[in-house]
Amino acid sequence: MTDTYAASYDTTEGRVFTVMGQDWDTITGNAAGETERIVVNMGPQHPSTHGVLRLILEIEGETVTEARCGIGYLHTGIEKNMEYRHWTQGVTFVTRMDYLSPFFNETAYCLGVEKLLGITDQIPERANVIRVMMMELNRVSSHLVALATGGMELGALTAMIFGFRERESVLDLFELVTGLRMNSAYIRPGGVAQDLPAGAEEKIRETIKALPRRFKDTADMLVGNSIWMGRTSGVGILDLAGCMALGATGPILRATGLPADLRKSDPYCGYENYEFDVITKDTSDAYGRFLIRLEEMEQSLNIVDQCLDRLAPGPVMVEDKKIAWPAQLSIGSDGQGNSLDHIRHIMGESMEALIHHFKLVTEGFNVPAGQAYVAVESPRGELGVHVVSDGGTRPYRVHYRDPSFTNLQATAAMCEGSQIADVIAAVASIDPVMGGVDR
Amino acid sequence: MGIEEKLPSGVLLTTVEGLAGYARKNSLWPATFGLACCAIEMMASGAGRYDLARFGMEVFRASPRQADLMIVAGRVSQKMAPIVRQIYDQMAAPKWVLAMGACSSSGGMFNNYAIIQGVDHIVPVDIYLPGCPPRPEMLIDALLKLHDQISETKLGTNRKRQLEDLENAALIATPTIDQVGLMR
Amino acid sequence: MNDDVVKAGLPLLQVTTVREGMFGASGSGDTSGFGGLVSVVPVPVASAQPFGNYFDEIYAELVAALPLFKSSAEKAFDKIVVAHDEMTIYVHPTELLAVARTLRDEPGLRFELCLGVSGVHYPNQTGAELHAVYHFRSITHNRRVRLEVVAADSHPHIPSIVSIYPTNDWHERETFDFFGIIFDGHPHLTRIQMPDDWQGHPQRKDYPLGGIPVEYKGATVPAPDERRSYN
Repeated sequence: MTDTYAASYDTTEGRVFTVMGQDWDTITGNAAGETERIVVNMGPQHPSTHGVLRLILEIEGETVTEARCGIGYLHTGIEKNMEYRHWTQGVTFVTRMDYLSPFFNETAYCLGVEKLLGITDQIPERANVIRVMMMELNRVSSHLVALATGGMELGALTAMIFGFRERESVLDLFELVTGLRMNSAYIRPGGVAQDLPAGAEEKIRETIKALPRRFKDTADMLVGNSIWMGRTSGVGILDLAGCMALGATGPILRATGLPADLRKSDPYCGYENYEFDVITKDTSDAYGRFLIRLEEMEQSLNIVDQCLDRLAPGPVMVEDKKIAWPAQLSIGSDGQGNSLDHIRHIMGESMEALIHHFKLVTEGFNVPAGQAYVAVESPRGELGVHVVSDGGTRPYRVHYRDPSFTNLQATAAMCEGSQIADVIAAVASIDPVMGGVDR
Repeated sequence: MGIEEKLPSGVLLTTVEGLAGYARKNSLWPATFGLACCAIEMMASGAGRYDLARFGMEVFRASPRQADLMIVAGRVSQKMAPIVRQIYDQMAAPKWVLAMGACSSSGGMFNNYAIIQGVDHIVPVDIYLPGCPPRPEMLIDALLKLHDQISETKLGTNRKRQLEDLENAALIATPTIDQVGLMR
Repeated sequence: MNDDVVKAGLPLLQVTTVREGMFGASGSGDTSGFGGLVSVVPVPVASAQPFGNYFDEIYAELVAALPLFKSSAEKAFDKIVVAHDEMTIYVHPTELLAVARTLRDEPGLRFELCLGVSGVHYPNQTGAELHAVYHFRSITHNRRVRLEVVAADSHPHIPSIVSIYPTNDWHERETFDFFGIIFDGHPHLTRIQMPDDWQGHPQRKDYPLGGIPVEYKGATVPAPDERRSYN
C-alpha cells in the first residue's frame, strides 16, 4: 500500500502531492507541464446544497470542469424496513421518503397495493376526490418550498420568508384535515384514513381564495427581476434530448417544451375529470423551471376548487371490511384513542367489526402474490412505485423510483462548463429532496 | 477559557455567571444542520410565523466556527455520522447540541442498519426533542428550556462543582427500564 | 423448502418464495402448530396470446425487429406475463442489450424513458435468485412495459444498459449496492447509497435488518426482524 502521507506519489490519475501548509514551494517547481486541478467539496453540510448533498467539483478558476454528486448521506433503509411491517404500516414509512410531498408518496404506494388487491375500481369517489385535493395542496406547498429555498440559496432571502408564510396556510389545512402538518399517514390502502372534519371545506375555500394574491408578492419580486434573471436565465440548460437520455421528468422536462404530465397521459384517482393546463416553457433553463413552478401552483389551486365542487357525501374507505382500516380517531380523555362511537360499535354491536379491527391491526390484510408498478406525477417528476407481493401480510419488496434520484444525475450535464455560482442555481432548479434520493 | 474561569468563587463570580449566561442565551446562533423532514420544520420556525428572530436565533450560521448550537434535525445515517462529529468538533466552545426529532434522539422509527440510533452515540446532547416532526412551537419550547439551562450554567470552580452534582444525580437516578408502570 | 414440496407430492415447480410459519419469529413458546405452516408461492404463469390492450402490438413489433424472438429454438425471452394490466417480458441476460436497443429505437416502440432498475432477491428460486426489473415508458405511444432479467447468486452478472439508456447509471449502481448484481459494462460500478467501504449488500433477504432492542419503561422491545408477529 502506498503511504498516503508521503510527500508525493504516483496514481493512475497523475502525481499526487501532499502539502501541510507553509511548504508550497516544494511542489511549485514540479508543476511545469502538469495541469492544475482543484477538487472542491461542497460537502454534505452546506447551506446552499438543498439538503445533505455532496457536490464534488473540479474547478479551474471559477469554471467548473467536472461536477459529481455524492449521495447516500440520508439513506434510511426504508425499503428494507417495510419488509418487516404490514402493508398499512408501510404508509408511515413511505411518507417520509420525499418529505416535502408526503401525500404523493402515500398515494403512489396505496395505488400499487390497491392494484395488486384488484380493488382500484372499488375505491369510493369521495376518497379519490380527497386524495386529489390533498395531493394538489401538497404540490402547492412543495413548490413553495422549492421557490423559498431556491431563492434563499441564490440570495433572495425575502423569497424564503414569503414562501414559508404561504406554506403555513397550506400546512394549517393539512393539520385540519389529517391532524399533522407533515408526514401524516393519511392516505391508506383502500381509501383515506378519516373523513374531512366539519368546517374543512369552508376553510379550504377561504385559503385557496387568499393564496393567489400572496403568490403575487413572490411573482412581483422575482419575475422580470434583472438580478434573478441574470442568475437563472440561461443557467442549467438541459434540452429535450438530454432530458430523455438522463430520464429527467417533471418541471425539468416541461421546461424544454414537452407537455409530459402523468395526470393527463396516464390519469389516476379520477384526474381525467378535472380541467387544468399543463404548463410548459421552452427555455430549458432554471428560469423556465421557476416560472413553471409558479404557474403550476395556480393550476393546482384551480384543481382544488374543482375538487371541492365534486365532493359528495359518501364513504371514504373501501367497502370490503377485510381491507378497510377501521379506526376513527378522536381525542379521548387521556389525549389519545379511538372515537367512543367506534368502540361502542365494536364492543357492543358487532362481533365481526371487532374481529376485523383486531385482525387488521395485528396481522394486516393479505395481498395476492404479484408485482405492480404505479406512477404519479409528483412536484418533482414521475414518482414510481414497484410493489412486489408474495401473498403475505408484508411487502416482499417495495422500490421507489424517486424523481429526485434520477433528476440529480442531470447535475453534471447542467453544470460542467459553467461557473460555481451556476451550480447552485442549477441544483436549486432541479429541486432535489434528499430524503427521496437516498430513501 | 478566559479570565472568567479563573475568578475565585464569590459575589464577583456569581455576577459574572449571571451576565455570561444572560448574554450567551440571548443570541445563540444555530449551525445549519438540517438533514431531513425536521429541517423543514426548523426552517419553518425560522420563518415568519414562528419567528426565531425574537430570540436572536434567525441567523443560521453556515460555518460551524461561528455557531453555538447544533440542532441535529433529522435522521443521521451511517454515512453522515463522521460528518456530524466533524462539524461538532469544529464548533468553538461553549457549544450545545439539540437533538430535534425522534430520529436524532433515538433512531426514531428507523431501527435498522442504516441509521444511528440516537445522535448521542456521536456527540453529547443537551436537549432531546421528541416528535416526528416536532412542531415549530415544540422546537421553540425546547430552545427556551435550553436557554434556561444556559443561563444557569456556572463558571470556573462553581462549574466543576455543578458538573459533579449533575454526575452524582445521574448515577443515582432510576434508569428508564426500571420505571415500571409509567406511560410518560 | 423444496424438500417439503417434494414430500407433499407436488411436482418440483419453480417457487417464488416459501413462507414458513404463521408467526414470523420463532422461539416464542407457541404450541398451536401454526408455526409449522408452509405456504409455497409459485412463480407467475406465462400468459398466452392475445394479451389484450396494446401488449400485442408491442409483442408484434419486437418479433418483427428481433429475429431471435421468432425462432423457437433460441428464444430471447423465457416467458411473457400479463397481469394487473401490465406486461412483463422475462428476457435472457445475453439478449438484454438487443431488446433494450430495439425498445428505444424502433418507431413502433419508442420507449424513450427507462425508469430505472429495481432489484428483487428471491432466495428460494435456486439458480435464479437475483431479479433485475426494468420499467420503460413510451411518451410517444403512451405505453408501459417491464423487462425482468434473472441472474443466479453464483454468477450475479447482468449486462448494463447504460450505453443505451444513460439514465440507468445511478439506478444500476444502487441495485449493485443493495443486491450485489454486477452490471457488466457499467462505466463506474461503485456503491452509491452505503458508505464506500460497507461490507455486504443490505437489501438482500439474507442480510439482517440490523435493528437494536429498544428499552422502555419496564420492557424491552426487540428489533423489528426478531419480533413475534404474523407472517
